[in-house]
Amino acid sequence: MTNSIEEIEFTDVILATGTNTTENHPVISSRIKRAVRQRGAKLIVIDPREIDLVKYATLWLRQKPGTDVAVLNGMMNVIIEEGIYAKEYVENRTEGFEALKKVVEKYTPEYVEKISGVPVEDLKKAARLYAGAEKASLLYAMGMTQHITGTDNVKSCANLAMLCGKVGIEGGGVNPLRGQNNVQGACDMGALPNVFPAYQSVISDEARVKFEKAWGATLSAKPGKTVVEIAEAAHRGEIKAIYVMGENPLLSDPDITHVEAAFKHLDLLVVQDIFLTETARLADVVLPSACFAEKDGTFTNTERRVQRIRKAVPAPGQAKADWQIISDLSTKMGYPMSYASAEEIMKEIALVTPSYAGITYERIEKEGLQWPCPNTGHPGTRFLHKDRFSRGRGLFHAIEYIPPAELPDRDYPMILSTGRVLYHYHTGTMTRLAKGTMERCPESLVEIHPLDAERLGIQSGQIVKVTSRRGTLQAKAKVTTRSDAGMIFMNFHFHEAAVNLLTNPALDPIGKIPEYKVCAVRVEAA
Amino acid sequence: MGKTVPLTIDGKDVEAASGQTILEVAREQGIYIPTLCHYSRTTNVGACRVCVVEVEKAKSLVASCCMPVSPGMIIKTDSPRVKAARKLIVELLWASGDHNCLNCEQNGACELQNLIYWLEIEKPRFPIEHPGYDIEKTNTMIQRDLNKCILCGRCIRACNEIQVNEILDFSQRGSRAKVGPAFDTDYIDSDCYFCGECADACPVGAITFKQARFAGRPWEVKKVKTTCTYCGVGCQMDLNVHDNRIVKVTGNRAYEQPNEGSLCIKGRFGLDFISHPDRLTTPLIRKKKGGELVPATWDEAYGFISQRLFAIKKKTGPDSIAGLSSARCTNEENYLFQKFMRAVIGTNHVDHCARL
Repeated sequence: MTNSIEEIEFTDVILATGTNTTENHPVISSRIKRAVRQRGAKLIVIDPREIDLVKYATLWLRQKPGTDVAVLNGMMNVIIEEGIYAKEYVENRTEGFEALKKVVEKYTPEYVEKISGVPVEDLKKAARLYAGAEKASLLYAMGMTQHITGTDNVKSCANLAMLCGKVGIEGGGVNPLRGQNNVQGACDMGALPNVFPAYQSVISDEARVKFEKAWGATLSAKPGKTVVEIAEAAHRGEIKAIYVMGENPLLSDPDITHVEAAFKHLDLLVVQDIFLTETARLADVVLPSACFAEKDGTFTNTERRVQRIRKAVPAPGQAKADWQIISDLSTKMGYPMSYASAEEIMKEIALVTPSYAGITYERIEKEGLQWPCPNTGHPGTRFLHKDRFSRGRGLFHAIEYIPPAELPDRDYPMILSTGRVLYHYHTGTMTRLAKGTMERCPESLVEIHPLDAERLGIQSGQIVKVTSRRGTLQAKAKVTTRSDAGMIFMNFHFHEAAVNLLTNPALDPIGKIPEYKVCAVRVEAA
Repeated sequence: MGKTVPLTIDGKDVEAASGQTILEVAREQGIYIPTLCHYSRTTNVGACRVCVVEVEKAKSLVASCCMPVSPGMIIKTDSPRVKAARKLIVELLWASGDHNCLNCEQNGACELQNLIYWLEIEKPRFPIEHPGYDIEKTNTMIQRDLNKCILCGRCIRACNEIQVNEILDFSQRGSRAKVGPAFDTDYIDSDCYFCGECADACPVGAITFKQARFAGRPWEVKKVKTTCTYCGVGCQMDLNVHDNRIVKVTGNRAYEQPNEGSLCIKGRFGLDFISHPDRLTTPLIRKKKGGELVPATWDEAYGFISQRLFAIKKKTGPDSIAGLSSARCTNEENYLFQKFMRAVIGTNHVDHCARL
């Protein structure tokens, strides 16, 4: 997030797009709801599903799945056409406006309605409401990113926010709500194929020399492969060994039949986890690790706040903290790592990670600090891009709308979109073991519109068969208007109805994110 | 800043800020006024009346939580009249419910119990009337015992004003008044999201965590502050530990950002996995492809991995090895993992499922 969670409550307009906040980030959704109910903020929801937030919204734009760039370009078209953009801000703080203007010219509300189904008047109202607000916060999540145009979608959000001068101000910003507890931290720490900690590029000689010196090792200048590319390479036999720490790609990756085949190809698969997951079952070596309540360390939340976790209970049996396992293995392999505690590792992190340089366990004992925190006297950063962007001027990207990779046709006439539900988390390895969450949500359901249900002779509770070009599964139907006619929604928490048997592994060319939000399927009564 | 308001409280002349309540001024001055229904960051309702104080020239005692200060007010927080009123109110509360502490989960952490003790009440002057409600046991997460409810409404405000889930409200009137979801249903039959904010807000034993029942008394439980392991919000919470087991999870409003004490069902009731019998407790090795995974020692496992990794690296180079780190693990672990892949293995094939 460019801004802080707290600020959402004290803004004038909230634009939530591709975020089912009440289910995926419930505590942030309370901020949104309080802003609306208690402080008179206006909420615009742009989402193909009638999510709970719609109840609190002034405006709900129901776009067809995957048409986000068109909708956002349409809003910018109205804003530029009506001259209500932040002219001074655009002039002084951005570049590339003319190119943007030229591209969005053709995205008239009428044209956008044809693509997205969003009525002309609603689009205009949303554009005016967002542009006219003194402070407006734009929130998004995987509903924006899990498309082949994920990067385009995010850039379009940034375009809109900059066009209206909403970045670099309190209560504003472009705010991705991150789905996993430490996805921010994993990225910050360089668990990415192209960068060292703090996004220092592996192809930069300066960065590489710095880390070679710090670590006393020769480092590769060749950027590595992403998760999905690693699976591809394993399938081709180019990658022989994979070491997995705390992930379950066999359930979370797109097109899991393919991933399973790839993993079976390997000469060595090491899985370090708290349970014998689907992936661990294929492993040659399984290492038992401690969970978050059994170790010390830090997580970095979606607002860049570095916060402590603390050991509360002992780990079961011989299980060890992941950092201890890596240290031991590394030492065994001739590269000694002898950290006495997680805190010692954080001290090393601070030395090589400029944005974390001022973070110490002592300073975050009471309340976490938000990076960038460049030195131990720095109070942390509530919101980014104040007065100037990291690169100097904010750069507009002129972006054309591209339809999803796979659209409905005669054989697969409906759209499948996937996501989470409130009661479960990711591949379900943790929430499915809890009495309470299972009591509330014991099985996967296929959300289907009454019109489609009637046409297909399906009733709530009945088992349906869902088939895509890649696979097929069965689950119970839930007839509801939440998903629009022509579209079904499923979660990916249940291996019994593993929705990633169906999803399309088509990737965003830059972010390499699979298109989980749109693929074509056929639904029939089982 | 607004204008200041001069007033006298317990004989002391103070300058209050305009718009402050008497209760807020008293607390700033270190003067204790008991409260039950007052719950910060929600509407002041003045429902319980235990915070009454005497204001000179006022017709009756006033609820200090609701009364804004005005210039020249002379306030007494501890006069005989105030003391008598408080006592009467607390005795009425006591007598109107089944406040039996013997097997109450809140024993030792109950605000009514504390107040009775502080006011030195031996027994209420009114006969105790058991309301006769059934205890709600229809879900595994939240237990409701309306016999212990003092109708302070904190749960309702927590639900509507803090979480804004809009599930709980009062129904019925007078002595039949009760709190609950619409149409008087049980939680499990309502739209309740089981965030547990109501249970954290309840000052007595009316709404408690079912799974913590008989699992440890408040004074036996150690609270360990940590960050929730689920989504990216990073809620701060207390793991309540007894006998090396997490018996419940509570929010703590004093922790401030990012969640100010609020939690959701996953952080609150989703931690059973920690003590689940299926947890891995020992390293496992599959010595031959197609064979079984069998238990091994750490040394065997490390030896097996390092031998294989060295062999693969030698034969097909470091870029034939890849590592998947984890958005679930700590910063320290992610840092070490990528350092291991880059410095020890010699490849940049390291990623995690940020994209999924």
